[in-house]
Order: sequence, then C-alpha cells, then structure tokens
Amino acid sequence: MAAVVRRYTKNPVGAHYGLGDWLLQRLTAVVMLLYTLLLLACLLMEPPSTYAAWKALFSGAMFRLGTMLFVVALLYHAWVGMRDILMDYLRAASLRLVLEAAVGLALLFYLVWAASILWGPR
Amino acid sequence: MSAHPRPRPKYYDLNLAHLPPAGLLSIFHRVSGALLFFPILPLLLYALQVTLGSEQGFARWRDFLSQPVVKVMLLGAIWFYSHHFFAGIRYLLLDVHVGISKESSRTSALAVFAAGLVATLLIGWRLW
Repeated sequence: MAAVVRRYTKNPVGAHYGLGDWLLQRLTAVVMLLYTLLLLACLLMEPPSTYAAWKALFSGAMFRLGTMLFVVALLYHAWVGMRDILMDYLRAASLRLVLEAAVGLALLFYLVWAASILWGPR
Repeated sequence: MSAHPRPRPKYYDLNLAHLPPAGLLSIFHRVSGALLFFPILPLLLYALQVTLGSEQGFARWRDFLSQPVVKVMLLGAIWFYSHHFFAGIRYLLLDVHVGISKESSRTSALAVFAAGLVATLLIGWRLW
C-alpha cells in the first residue's frame, strides 16, 4: 500500500478567524438592514406618539425577538469593526488589548442591558 | 528573519479634502461606525429604557427631544446611521463585484453621500 504524502499547505500565520469574521460582519449587516427597513415601515405607518402606543409596539413577542436579533447582530458587527479599527491604528499591543477588552466588556454590558429593557420588569 | 528593507521615503497626505470620494466615504464609514458604538448606542439604549419604563419618562424624553439643539444632535446621529447604512450596502455590492470599476466606484461613493444626506433630511422633515 502506497503511503499518501500530504503536503502541509496551511498558511503558518494568523489565527484563522479572519474570513469567518469578515463573512459574519456581512451577514449581521444584512440582518440589521432588514430590521431597519421593517422598523422604519412600522414607525411610518403608525407613529407612536403616546406612551401607550410606544409600549404596545414593544410588547409584541415577534417585535421583541426581532429587536433582540438586531441587537445581537449589531454587537457582533460592532466587535469586528471596532477590533479592525484598533488593529489598524494602535501598534502598542498592551494599549490595543486593553481597549479591545474594554470594547468587549461594553458590548457584553449592552447585550444584557438590551435584554433587560426588552424583557425585564416594567 | 530577513534584514529590514531600506527605509523608503514617506509622504502622507492627511488632508481629507484631497481624498477621492471613495476614500472619504471609507473614513466616514469608520468614524460613523465608531461613534455609533459609542456614544450613540448607549444613549439609545438609555432612551429606550426610560421611555418604556414609565409614562413620566416618556413625557420627559418627548420634551427633551423637542428642543431644537437636541433635534439637531439627533439628526447628526441619524446621519451617521444613514451614511453607515448606505456605505455598507455599497461595500456588500463591491464584495459581489458590482461596480468595481474606477468610474462606477466614484459615482457610487458620491451616490452614498447623497443618499445618506437625503435620508437624514427626509427623517428630519418627518420629525419636525
């Protein structure tokens, strides 16, 4: 039996999440695009001028889920974008890592905050 | 590691007005994205929390947003979102190789600036 010799073809640099991040940034953009159009349509058809109407808009289960999906997409999108900006402009690894951690923490905080606004006690 | 290449002369033209439209669009895409992350997103979440929280909170924010200065700032935020929105669509089209020639990318960049401003004006017209 002949041995199969496999050449090592993997690029020996990078952490290999670049393409996935790039693709997810596009996918999350499309999610946000659709939500933006839907929200604009909702707001234009029935402008919520009173508290009751505003609250009613955010009481629908589908609207809450859609909004949460938008928030999750936005946070991932913002993570990729902010990391790209930090990687491009900050050469000092220490400062970059500190700011990346701050961005990550802020995004996690936004996530919990958004969920508590949508489903928390009113 | 190989030896460092000979240092080459550098010339940075950092004047934004000298950038071609596509370059200006790109840097605005970054700036608007960063500003949307902070402070626009937390302000929006805070507004959502207060306006959904109680009738008084809703009334307070409605009064707050009726001040002309606040409206102008809100329009600024809306412009950042619109610009980021339309510039993003342009990038998605470029990704699938639509409009990648030099002329069409210049035209589409100018169109994105126009679309962002028109959308902002339309929303501003609805708000006032």
